[in-house]
Amino acid sequence: MSVDRNTISRRNFLNLGVGAGAAAALAACGSSGPSSTGSGGGGGAASYWILTGQPGQDIRQHSVDRFNSANPNTKIQTTAFQNDAYKTKIKTAIGAGQAPTIIWGWGGGGLKSYVEANQVEDLTDWFSQNAAVKDRLFPSSFGAATVKGKIYAMPAETVQPIVLYYNKKVFDKVGVQPPQSWGDIMNLVPNFNAQGIAPFSLGGQSRWTNMMWLEFLLDRTAGSEVFQNVFEGKKDAWSDPAVTDMLTKVQDLVKANGFIKGFSSITADSNADQALLYTGKAAMMLHGSWTYGSMASAGGDFVSGGHLGYMNFPPVEGGKGDPTNTVGNPGQYLSISSKATAAQKDIAKKFFTTAVLSDAEIKEWISSGSVPIVKGTESQLAASKDAAFLKFIYDTASKAKTFAQSWDQALSPTAAETLLDNIAKLFQLSITPQQWVANMNEVIGK
Amino acid sequence: MTTLAPPTAPVGQHTTTTTTTASGGRSGPVVWMALPALVMFVGFGVIPLVGVLALSFTTWDGIGAIVPSGLTSWRAVLSDPGLPHALWVTFLVMILSWAVQTPLSILIGVFLAAHKRYRGFLAVLYFIPLLLSSAAISITFKALLDPNFGLATGLGIPFLAQDWLGQANLALGVVIFVVSWQYIPFHSLIYQGAVRQIPTSMNEAATIDGAGRVRMFFSITIPQLKYTIITSSTLMVVGSLTFFDLIFVLTAGGPGDATRVLALEMYQTGFQANLMGPASAIAVILVLVGLALALILRRVGGGSASESQMEGA
Repeated sequence: MSVDRNTISRRNFLNLGVGAGAAAALAACGSSGPSSTGSGGGGGAASYWILTGQPGQDIRQHSVDRFNSANPNTKIQTTAFQNDAYKTKIKTAIGAGQAPTIIWGWGGGGLKSYVEANQVEDLTDWFSQNAAVKDRLFPSSFGAATVKGKIYAMPAETVQPIVLYYNKKVFDKVGVQPPQSWGDIMNLVPNFNAQGIAPFSLGGQSRWTNMMWLEFLLDRTAGSEVFQNVFEGKKDAWSDPAVTDMLTKVQDLVKANGFIKGFSSITADSNADQALLYTGKAAMMLHGSWTYGSMASAGGDFVSGGHLGYMNFPPVEGGKGDPTNTVGNPGQYLSISSKATAAQKDIAKKFFTTAVLSDAEIKEWISSGSVPIVKGTESQLAASKDAAFLKFIYDTASKAKTFAQSWDQALSPTAAETLLDNIAKLFQLSITPQQWVANMNEVIGK
Repeated sequence: MTTLAPPTAPVGQHTTTTTTTASGGRSGPVVWMALPALVMFVGFGVIPLVGVLALSFTTWDGIGAIVPSGLTSWRAVLSDPGLPHALWVTFLVMILSWAVQTPLSILIGVFLAAHKRYRGFLAVLYFIPLLLSSAAISITFKALLDPNFGLATGLGIPFLAQDWLGQANLALGVVIFVVSWQYIPFHSLIYQGAVRQIPTSMNEAATIDGAGRVRMFFSITIPQLKYTIITSSTLMVVGSLTFFDLIFVLTAGGPGDATRVLALEMYQTGFQANLMGPASAIAVILVLVGLALALILRRVGGGSASESQMEGA
């Protein structure tokens, strides 16, 4: 008897333990409750969470180090997180009232959700009192920092348009020219496939990498208005015929084996997609300007030897979109937690005024192959070893008729997750363009 | 899990009379001994569970205020075609990984149970996968199976250059393979111990009666392992509900949603889409499924109390 009873209760315990494990993951953010200060650092110090990954991590840390040595009494403590882990961590921390003083982010829909929960400071008045801080930055960078006419974040770091990269060595080997139109792209696909080279590299498991294709194709065919309607929450905004047309084009490219074999299991975080381009296994890659630096450091003489080509996404035949338009990150964003103490907020504001995009930081960003969002850096860019690429990025960003923010950053996290999910299925050919439109229309304005 | 289980001292008592009196006389101390486990269990098991149940009737984005919203979250979850799909994938992973692991674990367990030195050495080697974290295993397999830079290119074997994690059926197969690779050592260990407890007199008697190895395996070893099989199966089945880290790192639920199990669906709904209400509802469903499975296995396995597997009974 006792044998049996013990076995039963062991199972019950076991089973409940499993449920508890699943439940604990969720409840972790609910039960910890709001703390009074929201200080991640403790004491009078302000806290600041930064992203790992070079060269950005060192540059962010150096700025904080310079600030700390100039202000030994009001220090900022940093904690570094990996990109995708940070996205989850910061949301959970803010929800639990444990946010750092300075909240690093991408602006747009994520920032809006913080604003709606009253978690970040309104910086509108501060910027009008400190006009010098505002006026030196690209005006276009403030769009994603603004929610309902008020500024909630300080634009920082670099401008990052999405660029069409190509491997010149591969193009020479196959004897073809870089594409000037969507038709050219589709014509190039069989040429490269015949040589055993993938036309496009893609880190499809990360999903937002696939999204860049949709962003450009929709913009080139129908202009920036269609997504603007989605952004503004207009009912059935995805039903525009241009969307179905664009989705069909994407699936045509997938069906023509336009992307590297196994793209849906490649992650962008591992930089394997970049490796495919610089090792010549793929001919082209649509990716953010931030990949230039890592391709330069990891790709041997690929960048320094001039084998990397780059261009803005080509126009689509008969499309209405302006070919100067671009998408990407108009900047990165620093907000101040509304739960921080007054002293911490002052430290953060002082950091914004004196350390963010200081001359030393600007220099570091430029030498890493990025364009800081500060006006009047043309001469410094021209003097850099990456002058040609930096001028291209500067011109792309500053001459774009519209610099659209990445869709997943512009939309709310809820809509963005549905978007990424459906994009992954679209590339997997497991849903049709019509199903995609129907699924996406359901989350408009959510 | 062992810390949560109540003391099992009476197991192995040979005569029923001593067992009864012993457990009756010990009931006082036993309750006290269970107290630390109970405190942990209530604190980290029951209270979060109640919290999740409460959250499933609210709307919360994880950042702002928690707003009670009745059945809204439940309606959203139950009408979402993602739920039956995730349940189906969870079920597939559960059944297939059980079907792969159980026979292999029994065979390896029986093989290792024999007292031979070289088998002891092999047992140590077999045990290694269990020492690695799921994340490390996933990253390793992901790198090995990469169609462009993986094992196929390294060894020059074109057959291995499949799109292992990029095609729905292959990806599911890989998940089951990796799960099995990780957990077979553990279950083999359980079976090894159980096989060693089978009285040698049974096998000797069977040998005298002229039974061959295969006959002995099916007529003696398997029936004697009945309770071990049930224990091991319970661990596999209920454990498979919580596969998260491995799948998250290996495929992130992809390609598309081909390997998106219930636990992953819960994570993505809660922490990526910021829908804590529906995510809590999924968590409750996960708990209910786990409960139901454990009860079913209990029915199947421990049903008749009179049946004894002890020698001479």
